Formats: sequence, C-alpha cells, structure tokens
Amino acid sequence: MAETATRSKSASSSGSSKTRRAGTRSGGNRSQRRASEVFPGESPQTLCDYYRQMALIRRFEERAAQGYTQAKIGGYCHLNLGEEATVVGLMSTLRSDDYLFTNYREHGYAIAKGIEPGRVMAELYGRSTGTSKGWGGSMHMFDVESGLLGGYGIVGGQVPLATGAALAIDYRSGDQVVMCQMGDGTTNIGSFHESLNIAALWNLPVVFVVVNNHLGMGTTVDKSSAESELYKRAVAYRMHGERVDGNDVVAVREASSRLVERARETGQPAMLETVSHRLKGHSVVDPGKYRSQESVEAAREADPVAAFRAQLISAEVLDEDGAVEIERQAEASADAAVAFADDSPHPNPETLFDYTYATPVANDSRRLPADPVF
Amino acid sequence: MAVITYRQALHDTLREEMLVDEDVFLIGEEIGVFEGSYKITAGLLDEFGEKRVRDTPIAEEGFVGAAVGAAMLGLRPVAELMTINFSLIALDQIVNHAAKIYGMFGGQCSVPMVMRTPGGGGQQLGATHSQNIELYYAFVPGLKVVAPSTPADARSLLLASIRDNDPVLFLENLSLYNTKGEVPEQAEQVEIGKAAVTRPGSDVTIIGYSRMATVAQQVAEKLADEEGISAEVVDLRSLRPLDRDTLVQSVRKTGCAVIAEDDWLTYGIGAEVAASLSDGAFDYLDVPVRRVAAAEVPLPYAKPLERAALPSADSLTTAVRETLDAVGRRR
Ligand SMILES: Cc1ncc(C[n+]2csc(CCOP(=O)(O)OP(=O)(O)O)c2C)c(N)n1
Ligand SMILES: [Mg+2]
Repeated sequence: MAETATRSKSASSSGSSKTRRAGTRSGGNRSQRRASEVFPGESPQTLCDYYRQMALIRRFEERAAQGYTQAKIGGYCHLNLGEEATVVGLMSTLRSDDYLFTNYREHGYAIAKGIEPGRVMAELYGRSTGTSKGWGGSMHMFDVESGLLGGYGIVGGQVPLATGAALAIDYRSGDQVVMCQMGDGTTNIGSFHESLNIAALWNLPVVFVVVNNHLGMGTTVDKSSAESELYKRAVAYRMHGERVDGNDVVAVREASSRLVERARETGQPAMLETVSHRLKGHSVVDPGKYRSQESVEAAREADPVAAFRAQLISAEVLDEDGAVEIERQAEASADAAVAFADDSPHPNPETLFDYTYATPVANDSRRLPADPVF
Repeated sequence: MAVITYRQALHDTLREEMLVDEDVFLIGEEIGVFEGSYKITAGLLDEFGEKRVRDTPIAEEGFVGAAVGAAMLGLRPVAELMTINFSLIALDQIVNHAAKIYGMFGGQCSVPMVMRTPGGGGQQLGATHSQNIELYYAFVPGLKVVAPSTPADARSLLLASIRDNDPVLFLENLSLYNTKGEVPEQAEQVEIGKAAVTRPGSDVTIIGYSRMATVAQQVAEKLADEEGISAEVVDLRSLRPLDRDTLVQSVRKTGCAVIAEDDWLTYGIGAEVAASLSDGAFDYLDVPVRRVAAAEVPLPYAKPLERAALPSADSLTTAVRETLDAVGRRR
C-alpha cells in the first residue's frame, strides 16, 4: 500500500489502531504520482485551499507567539502548532450554521470557522475589535455569526455546554450539528462522562472530537488514561467512536464529514479521536523540558504542514512556486492580522459594567474598588 | 385571591409559563416519572411530555451544563437541583460557565436559565443534606440569586426568574413547601434585586430571607402582641443583587438591627448585611448589629443536637430582646 494511504481510518471495531505516520517528506525517492492517485476524488482547488488555511494558521500562531514574547499578548496562550491538519480537516466539514465549542487551544479553529484573523489576533491583544471585545483573551474566543460558541479555559467545561446546544437543536427539530473539540486529557474529567452518556441517551446531534496530541500539559496519555486508545471510551455509551490520523487533513475531513452528516441525519452523537503532536510547549511559555527526545522528534517529523506541502508537490497539485506563493500570502494575512490588532483601540474602562447582566437588574453594583458603598 | 402552599405556587407558575412559552422546559433528576423529589413538578410530565419535562441521569454537572448550553441557544430551561447540596457537583458549570458566558464573551450570548433548588436543615438529614450554601452563588457576579419566603413571592419571583435573560439561582427551602399564603390571581411583578418591608415597625429592624424571613415575621408579631414591641421586618428576597437601600433606610429609622439567617455566621449572608449597615447606617446605630445564625458545625443528625445548632424563633426572640435591652427600648 502506498505510503500516502495514511488517510485510512480505523473504525471502532479495529483492534490495532496504531496511527500510521502521515505522509512522508522524502517523496523524492519515489516516482511522483498524479493527484488523482494520491488524492482520489479531490479537486486541486480544495487541496490548495486546505494548504492555504494550514499555512495561515501556522503563520498566525507563530505571530501569536511573537506577540506574546513582546508582551502584546497577556495571560495564557496555547497554540495549534502541529494540529493544523486536524483543525482544517474538522472545520471543513461544518456548515456555517453548525456550532462549535472548543477548549482554550482554539485560535486556529476560530480562523477556520470563518472569523477574520485580525479579529482573532485583536482578541489576543485584548482589543475591543476582538472576537469577544477583549473580554475573553486567548482562551475565550466567541462569535455568533460563525457559530463558534466559545473557547473555554476550564478543562471539560465545554462538553456539557455542547451537549446542551445539541439538545436545543433537537428541541427545535433543527438540522444543525454541534462539534465539541477537546484534548486527550479532557477525557478523564467527570463532565466528559456525564455528557457523553447524556448525548447518547437522548440521541443528540453532537460530535465529540478528542484531539489526542499525546499530552495534557506534561502528562502523557499513557500516564493519565487507563484506556489509552481514547476512542474506545465511546463504547461505554454505545456510541460510535473512531480514530483517525490527525496529521492528515483529508483523512480528518473524511472521518469528520461522515460523523457530522450522520449526526445531522440521524441525530446520533459520535466520538472522533484525531492523533497528532504538539509541536511546541503546552503554552507559549512552556519550554517542554519534560518531553523525551523521541517525542519531540516524532512531532517534528510528523509536522502536518510540511508533510502536506510535500505531498501536494509530489502529486503535482502544487509546484514549489505555488507553495511559496501560498505561504507568502499566509504570512501577509498573519502580518495584516497583527497590524489590525495593534491599531485597534483598547476597551474603554467605562464599559466595565456593561456585561454583568443581560437583563438590567435593580441594585446592581457599579462600585469601583475605591468607591464607598454609601 | 387564593390561599395556596408554596409548593403549589411553584407548580402552578411553572405550568403557566410552560403553557405560554414553548421555549420553557424542565430538566432535572426525578422530576418527571417520580414527579419531583418534593413534588413540585407533579403532573407536568403527563401534561407536557418528555420533551418539556426531561428526567436526567444522576449527573448534576452534565445536566446543569446541558441546560446552560441550551439556554445559550435561546431556550429557557428551568433546572431542578434536588437540593442545594448537590449543586456543588455542578459548581463548575454554574460559577465558571453560566455566570461567565455573558461577560466573558463581551455580551454576545446570554444564559436565560433558572436553577431551582431547596436548601435548609431541620429535617434530620445529617451534615451533607442540610446546608444553606446560597452564599456560594450570591458571591458571584453574573448570577442572580433569589430566595422568596412566601407563596406570593415564590410565584412572582419564579415568573421574573424564568423571564429574565440571566442565570438565576432560585432558592427554596424544605420547610417552606407546605407553608400557605395568599397569592393574587394576577401575579404582582416582583423585581429581582428588591427587598421588601413585610412589616413596618419603629423599635428594631429584623432582617431575614427564605425560611428565616418567615420566622422573623412570626417573632415580630408575637413580640408586638405580648410585649408591645414594634419590630420592622425586612425580607431580603434577593441575595444578589442585594437591596442595601431598603435595609439601610429601615435601620436609619429604628437604630438597631437583628439579622436572622439559616447559614453559618462567619462570612455568611448576614456578614454582608451587617457590613452594609455599617456602610450606610453607622451613625444611626444605637447598638451593634446582632446576628442570629446556625452554629458552625457540620449539622448533626440527632434531633437535640440539630435543634441546638439551628436558629429558631426562640433564638431570634432572645436576640431581639437583648438588642432592645441594650438601648433601653423595652419596658
Ligand atoms: C478543570 C481544570 N483543571 C486543570 C486545568 C489546567 N490545565 C489547563 S490545560 C490542561 C491540560 C489539558 O490537556 P488536554 O485536554 O490534552 O488538552 P491540550 O492542552 O493538549 O490541547 C490542564 C491540566 C484547567 N484549565 N482546568
Ligand atoms: Mg492534549
């Protein structure tokens, strides 16, 4: 079987579900194959668009890291570096009116779900033009129009919420689907269990995506999860679960699209585990000293952006110049996002009490720290 | 004007709101087939079906969180937490999510939901099933917390809570469910965030909420009848926002205050009330503010111990008398 067939998915029934490594970069030894062989049924435009988005997220995250070191960005800052194929593959399967709930590692999702990169960067910069008007920061992006119903900083916090959103869709007999992204470490928290049980029990249209990047901060999956093949946990809820190579954008797209459309048609929830690597630390400030040399090398070797680039060139979907042009544009977009954020106003302290309550209420306190109570 | 129980007032209000608003639905443990642990939802499953009256697994974090998520999409869930003690399992969804979503995302998405739950001890249920921990929620901006003491307020505040676009913790009390009171046909709109002077008086202000507001009322009546004392009673009704103006106005008039609360004294609701009186009525106070609160122990099971630990009409009466003695206002 050709190496490029790494897009194969492992269904929940498959016992040995070791993820195969994503496409090699050493395509040079092999004879080049045509796009139709390597990517059967894929239009070159679609493939290039995936690469464009992946390259954009890569550049965007690199700019975010820079902004953080320049102290333009505060708080925590978790990047999607190494998860670009997963992010783009997943987001390509959602309609714009489908809902997405994520954890705090969500910059890429926000962009791929359709939010202007400038607004995402502006949120990182804490500006009033940001997705959450500067009230959320890196971990808390939100945008009604594109259906991103929140990045959440509390591990597992988004899982009951996503389940409830699916309940609301079901209640109104809508045909949207909810996608709930989370990390591998999140499968060990109570809300995960409670929510998957409820979603399966009530047949709610939600796809739980576990982005297995092998690590929750410094803790490996093996050290945190008694069943380390995470997709198998779905079995406990009689839910369909499967695992896919998260470094392979087309494979992720294929698996996700199948589960999303199944949820849309039948209302059945599902769990999708994507396997990839975290290229850098848990957050920008984490040097990742706890990581083994092999883990770091595996991550670097599997780099989904580089791998996809090589595949596209080897399949003659792109040539070197075309790839460079996409990267140049990605860089320009990321730079434009930074410029937009930098030029955007800081929120006015006068707005401090604007968002405590949606329904104004008697005796609501508007006291600043030094104000007397009476 | 009908005289009905607090339970009936809650039941009827839920039913009426479900009839007028398709988006209102009930969610919680044992609220459907079992008709509610305290029978507030009796008959509603039969009338409205499983879609509107949703029995859940024993999963407080899961179902409260699901209610929050459904509210984010515009439904108006009324979640029942069997007792406030179990709300601790859902604390993350209530405090870190329901209370934060509106502000943290810059006002883009509100969370119109109600969490109904009874607190209260005195039923020999032991330490884990008898708590008054509404303070945990009253502490949190973004939440609204109401604690009606009468059937009429239970009705109007439940209406207000369901129609409100923010998450409201609606505190009930085990010992109030069977109490009766007049409930006007046409519910008077009670605003969230407003206390009520439920009995005017001039000698002393007694401040309470939930069960202790009714105890305060009884104590005031008895003191008037038997000792000619004119006690003003203020029922907080809302714990967040707290109506400091009404409290302060009353105490500026009477010059002394006794706070009656079922929760623990140290850091309790009464501590905030006392601090507010210090802020707003310091120069008017003739005597230190007195607090009557539960003994600071995990509540024991044995009846004599339980009784000793909880505030009562007797302990409140004693505190009121002593306060009045201190200012020489008793004959
Ligand atoms: C309830 C809770 N506990 C602990 C943390 C601190 N924390 C933040 S991220 C994280 C690891 C999560 O790992 P995983 O789910 O694999 O997501 P990843 O960061 O790999 O995307 C932890 C422990 C938290 N934010 N929330
Ligand atoms: Mg992880």
